[in-house]
Amino acid sequence: MADESTLVEKSRIMDSARIKRAISRLASEIVEENHGAKDLYIVGIRRRGVPLAERIVDKIETLEGVRPIYGIIDITLYRDDLSTVGANPIVNRTELNEDVDGKIVVLVDDVLYTGRTIRAAMDQLMDFGRPRKVQLAVLIDRGREHRELPIQADFIGKVVPTKQTEIIRVMLKEYDNVEAVGIFERP
Amino acid sequence: MEKPFRRWDLLGIRTLSAAEINGILDTAENFREIDTREIKKVPALRGKTVSNLLFENSTRTRTSFELAAKRLSADAVNISVSSSSVSKGETLLDTALNLDAMQPDCIVVRHSSAGVPHQLARVSKAAIINAGDGANEHPTQALLDAMTIREHKKKIEGLNVAIIGDIIHSRVARSNIHLLTKLGAKVKVAGPGTLVPKDLEHLISQNHLRERVGSATDGEQQNPPGNAGGSGLLTVCGHVEDAIRGADVVMILRIQRERQDSAYFPTLREYAIHYGLTNDRLGLAKKDVIVLHPGPMNRGIEISSEVADSSRSLILDQVKYGVTVRMAVLYLATGGAVVRL
Repeated sequence: MADESTLVEKSRIMDSARIKRAISRLASEIVEENHGAKDLYIVGIRRRGVPLAERIVDKIETLEGVRPIYGIIDITLYRDDLSTVGANPIVNRTELNEDVDGKIVVLVDDVLYTGRTIRAAMDQLMDFGRPRKVQLAVLIDRGREHRELPIQADFIGKVVPTKQTEIIRVMLKEYDNVEAVGIFERP
Repeated sequence: MEKPFRRWDLLGIRTLSAAEINGILDTAENFREIDTREIKKVPALRGKTVSNLLFENSTRTRTSFELAAKRLSADAVNISVSSSSVSKGETLLDTALNLDAMQPDCIVVRHSSAGVPHQLARVSKAAIINAGDGANEHPTQALLDAMTIREHKKKIEGLNVAIIGDIIHSRVARSNIHLLTKLGAKVKVAGPGTLVPKDLEHLISQNHLRERVGSATDGEQQNPPGNAGGSGLLTVCGHVEDAIRGADVVMILRIQRERQDSAYFPTLREYAIHYGLTNDRLGLAKKDVIVLHPGPMNRGIEISSEVADSSRSLILDQVKYGVTVRMAVLYLATGGAVVRL
């Protein structure tokens, strides 16, 4: 991500209440689509997919009375640009403690853009076993025209058509001081 | 964002700051999970080549580096002295240049002379990792020891660590003394008078001298002069018992049997009686003491079998973490990354 201090916020597209509603809807859609919470395995992609996944897990628990399995994926070691980014990025831990075989894995990320992060996450997931199904839930989908791989989301909080020069920032209280989604641009 | 460096060498612990050491250990911590997977492989270093250039025999270190490289999907080749042209009279420099011409991304080197990795770093385009140079340093051993200690004690700062044995010839001791004192542990060393230098303190008083080859450090100097050096973190003890008393960690060094002829001590039996780690001696340490040994151990000499096989001995953990630490080092070195927190 570019140096965050030089970015200018153009518009705010979600506030804390809207994020909360979007997560509730994502959780309902996930259990509706999969006929309940059985065999559900919710996996957050570091960093901001992790708190989103946690919230979805909580919401599903209140809806269904069952807490789905929860895990974390760090895609650093599976990036396709490791040899070109210069310095190797910091590695964080992947935590998939429960077997993924036969499960319905729902990958959760904040923003779907080129699709490359999801490719890396799926590659890593397959190294852990053979899930019955893999689905994708994102808070923001920046639109198909940005996709560089044939990857689409199954559950979408909000579709936000953007220009390539624009940057979407999902701010969550776990990492940022506010709860909001904004469109930013370099001045 | 990290500055893109051409490469990052690991030549020794002495030139690293406490922040850099912790950065490597934290990275290693995050690599641990890979060893527990069914498919113990990640694609991070796909297409990179790691050459193990070993002028000294070492099954353990070689296997450990080889496995680390392979778990990161790098290609690993081993060049051992007996099968290389070194035995045909080629100079070290020529060997290095020839090896370099094959474009490895990283060279892991072990040599019986101190300073060989540093010399290679000057001429090679590849990242150099010191896997032991003479009696100088063995940085990855100190890092894996630190990881083992951190795992069991949750910290390093403030711990009492005893290092027992042949200090004078031990690169393991040297790297560990640097690492442990930089991270704030209190180190006591003991062994036969002939094998423990009396003026060891000067070793860490030079900690702040940072001479790094082919690398930059963001200009930071996390370890100000005097932080470790001369602050009483390192003590030479006259008796083994004094070093072990109250210790959280006891680190036993291997007695190099080949040195027995040099009359540093009369017999192995006498060494075992006066300096060997027995249950009785270990009783002086804290109740939850842990015992480390870099291997291969001489049972019944520097360590008794009852201690080696007890639950306090973490020798196999050390081997396990060896692979993890080396994965982290290879990842950081070939990515040319500076260690950041």
